[in-house]
Amino acid sequence: MSVKKFVVGCFDDEKTLFPAVKNTRKAGYKIHDVYTPFPIHGLDHAMGLRDTSLHTAGFIYAMTGTTTALTFMSWVFTKDWPLNIGGKPHLPLPAFIPIVFELTVLCAAVGMVLTFCYLCQLAPFVTKDHFHLRATDDLFVMPIEVTDKTNVEEVKAFFQNAGAVEVFEKEAETGWWLGRYDKAKKAFEKEEIVTA
Amino acid sequence: MSLLRYESQVREPLVDGHKTYHDVTEDICKPVEAAPTRLWWIGFIISVALLLFGAVSLYKEVVYGTGMWNLNKTIGWGWDITNFVWWVGIGHAGTLISAILLLFRQGWRTGVNRAAEAMTIFAVICAGQFPIWHMGRVWMAFFVMPYPNTRGPLWVNFNSPLLWDVFAISTYFTVSLLFWYSGLIPDMATLRDRAKKKWAKAFYGVASFGWTGSTKHWQRHESLSLVLAGLSTPLVLSVHTIVSFDFATSVIPGWHTTIFPPYFVAGAIFSGFAMVQTLMLVTRKIMNLEDYITISHIENMNKVIVLTGSIVGCAYLTELFMAWYSAVKYEQDIFFKYRIAGPYGWSYWLMMTCNVITPQLFWSKKLRRNIAFTFLMSIVVNVGMWFERFVIIVSSLYRDYLPSSWSVYYRPTIWEVGFYLGSFGLFFTCYFLFSKYFPVIAIAEIKHILKKNGESYKEQMDGIEEQSVTEFAHEHAHAH
Repeated sequence: MSVKKFVVGCFDDEKTLFPAVKNTRKAGYKIHDVYTPFPIHGLDHAMGLRDTSLHTAGFIYAMTGTTTALTFMSWVFTKDWPLNIGGKPHLPLPAFIPIVFELTVLCAAVGMVLTFCYLCQLAPFVTKDHFHLRATDDLFVMPIEVTDKTNVEEVKAFFQNAGAVEVFEKEAETGWWLGRYDKAKKAFEKEEIVTA
Repeated sequence: MSLLRYESQVREPLVDGHKTYHDVTEDICKPVEAAPTRLWWIGFIISVALLLFGAVSLYKEVVYGTGMWNLNKTIGWGWDITNFVWWVGIGHAGTLISAILLLFRQGWRTGVNRAAEAMTIFAVICAGQFPIWHMGRVWMAFFVMPYPNTRGPLWVNFNSPLLWDVFAISTYFTVSLLFWYSGLIPDMATLRDRAKKKWAKAFYGVASFGWTGSTKHWQRHESLSLVLAGLSTPLVLSVHTIVSFDFATSVIPGWHTTIFPPYFVAGAIFSGFAMVQTLMLVTRKIMNLEDYITISHIENMNKVIVLTGSIVGCAYLTELFMAWYSAVKYEQDIFFKYRIAGPYGWSYWLMMTCNVITPQLFWSKKLRRNIAFTFLMSIVVNVGMWFERFVIIVSSLYRDYLPSSWSVYYRPTIWEVGFYLGSFGLFFTCYFLFSKYFPVIAIAEIKHILKKNGESYKEQMDGIEEQSVTEFAHEHAHAH
């Protein structure tokens, strides 16, 4: 958990957002993140983010499900308790297909969702600091981190030129803490007092 | 300007009215934030009352056994399994809309997918009740799970389609729930950030899992939705296929056919879309969402209904043909003496009328776009699909190989009907709570398509498109 200072620029149209992102990177400012109310295709590439490999994880989970189901059922029917079911073979592979398939899908889906939640730090009671409440409504919010070398006024002017509809400074917690959104007191504010 | 870059003018906008992003948020969040109306309370109380009646009926069944449902040795699967297959079928539309239509890049899915997925989950919960309580000794229901036990361990029979069903339905429920909820998280965050009341902040705060809308998170979210859609597509087809195996792998005349899997899947989509229509037509009216669930959405769903209804009709005729062509006496007797005729003949003809004949009216564009008619048809189709399962189950069972055990006439008792009504109570209690406290339309997804398929965009583009046509003609005139 660390509290940092940011200059925040808010945009209300993709048409101004994309050039702004491009120019910000060109000017050498470090974009902390861009918060948007819906997925904007191409923004990740414009920001220079690499592609996610979540689907690879999904494939691995799927294969885990497949092998678990196959080995378990084969072990039960050939080694642990070979039942004679109407004189049918002990290893009826075609009859295993439905359960193998279902377990493949189940493991892939559950595994991927849990991985997604872990990577994005999402869980019930996880609370985060938000730069702008309208970031989930109609604003595209781009904070730039303020370091010792940053000229705050320059960044603000830069945002205004880029077509931002709102520009402000804000101190924000970049991590997460356990809490509830209806509690006004933020966990990190208390810590600030202790360290100060 | 490329001619292929824009949508055809024939396509109607998916979002009516000249909306901005903020308008979308307002329109969808307002009914959630407002206090429940009197109409909502009436509906909710009726649903809870039905649910309680269902609970009383179940109490009777648990204490006295499945004999309370008039089930006997011959007709062991009466209303109960009929209801199971009916609800599971209804539960197919949601994932079909959200997964298959996502893979096919059908933009119109965004208006209806959230509510349809919710409906899927509630329908699968209702469906699950029937085989579980049908076990009789319901406290031993966990025996269907392959867990190490002190009886050997004695494992379950992995060759049995009934066990495949356990895996299929529970996987389907889990995956649908994950798919639905992962899509809900960003919209819950929208509600959280708008919340004024303390309870709403707390509830939507917990429910949104701390979603921020970070670009990286969206990127992962998109990847997750796409893969889940890819997984759900074969899953949704597998579930009703496996349900049909419950019948098809048996040696009962009238069940023992290879046509069952595609026939059941088409029927499931057919009844599922009918239920989506029933719910959507009421929801869009009461919650003022006509701009998002437009007439063209309704027409698209009616097209799916007429297509799948015709596939189902084709399957009915194929069954009759195969019974005759197989030259098996038992098959022929079941179909020609006891199914289309005999004491249950009326249910066969009711099924034919509701599922095959009346949906053909949807070939008329005027009727496809008529709301009152669509609503009526959605009920008719659901009645027909209930009778389809009833016909398959009861008309094959009441005349078995041994004439001495033929059952004369099977009538459900009030407790069996009560259990069915109770499942409606459960379904609508869940749906009422969902439509009041959750965003019924995927807000983020609507915003995502707004600039492509919104009305203002279409009007803007129509000009450019016409211009590009003349440009195109112009260029080619010069080239040759």
